[in-house]
Amino acid sequence: MLQTAPTVNRTIDARGSFCPGPLMELIRGIRESQVGDVLAILSSDKGSRIDIPRWIEKAGHRLIAVQTRDGYDEIVVEKAR
Amino acid sequence: MDRILILGGGVGGTLTANLLARRLRKRIDRAEAQVTVVDPTGAHIYQPGFMYIAMGGERAERLQKRERALLDSRINLVVGTVNRVDEGARTASLTDGTVLPYDQLVIATGARILPEAIEHFETQAHHFYTAAAALRLRKALDVFTGGKIVIGIASMPYKCPPAPLEVAFLIESELRERGLRERSEVHFASPIGRAFTIESVSEMATPILEEKGIELHTFFNVETIDPERKVVGSLEGEELAYDLLILVPPHKGQQFLMDSGLAPAPGGWLPTDRHTLRVGGRANVYALGDATDLPLSKAGSTAHFEAPVVVEGIVAAVEGRAPTGKHASYEGNVMCFFEIGDGKGTLLRFDYDHPPKPPKPNALWHLGKIVFNKTYFHTVPKGRI
Repeated sequence: MLQTAPTVNRTIDARGSFCPGPLMELIRGIRESQVGDVLAILSSDKGSRIDIPRWIEKAGHRLIAVQTRDGYDEIVVEKAR
Repeated sequence: MDRILILGGGVGGTLTANLLARRLRKRIDRAEAQVTVVDPTGAHIYQPGFMYIAMGGERAERLQKRERALLDSRINLVVGTVNRVDEGARTASLTDGTVLPYDQLVIATGARILPEAIEHFETQAHHFYTAAAALRLRKALDVFTGGKIVIGIASMPYKCPPAPLEVAFLIESELRERGLRERSEVHFASPIGRAFTIESVSEMATPILEEKGIELHTFFNVETIDPERKVVGSLEGEELAYDLLILVPPHKGQQFLMDSGLAPAPGGWLPTDRHTLRVGGRANVYALGDATDLPLSKAGSTAHFEAPVVVEGIVAAVEGRAPTGKHASYEGNVMCFFEIGDGKGTLLRFDYDHPPKPPKPNALWHLGKIVFNKTYFHTVPKGRI
């Protein structure tokens, strides 16, 4: 069965920013979003693919995808509460 | 005439001005170059000393000198508040209507704190980012007889990254000395997934937190303060009860930098080249110290190491050549002392490519910090070290 990719409401480009910059950018994005919104964060900091999913779990949001792109990671999250 | 305008009379602005006065001495004397510092107060304040007002022993009056007394006599000092930079006209305007032209602009305007950004912060939380707030915290500690102390960081970035951990360590020591430790809990709340941004420092600090019985709460981004229940809540949904709440307030860059199109909202940090320290690709605008968006500590030490690079860039432009020598490029050098409590400290020394390897805490590094604090006005701003 094919699954449709969720529509991303907002993309935050934090490439070039270093830890904890991308996480802080995502936290700001989450604060400004509505429950159900889907955010994508782009980060070239290697720590983000570990730190950001850990934060998403702690904060009770839904991790949709962690994808490695060309020189950066794209992490997609749904604001769940 | 090369007009060099420096906004800010803190560590970065003052040191840059004095180094420029030294390197451009002859040109200034021949009226071919001019160095002007603009500062809103005309007072140079040693901000790292604030923590020691709260932790005992330091007095606000010892942390302040007249900016004029620290500047080379060849430098002009204008006391006033900048409210606009007009890049087209190459001018900076002050709130009193003064307009200052420049050929080279140095922005060393630091960071500002915004306790009011969190509801009830100002009535419920203490901090140590002004002399008055640090004194108020000292008085609160003096009457503290036991209970729950929560030390946290409201948001990142903030000035002097080690300071909240240092405060946690120093308070825990003080509680033991005063016989209050058994009746107290100390909690440390970090917005990220570990105790400190730099992993190697976190690895050093976390066992010390455990040894001292300080409870670490990670991913705690302060969202609410409930003054009725005396509880601080996080965005992540956790709550911590407090009897004494100490929070690093939110920080931002200066509003006029956003209004002038030099720094993006909402943070207001200047997009700064990590090696040349030029702002947003501009050839004649530099930034240093807390005002930049560099992934480094917002600390006087950072500005101390950046200033010679800004100076080399400006002197090279004045002399019509490319920057050369050991200060042609900034490599992210930072060095700062780190208090552990019980009369011990350690040292954080790092650059872009080499994370710190803090030595085992001992009395020497604690004394090093005390000596540095006492001698600061005679050394750093004047470019003697």
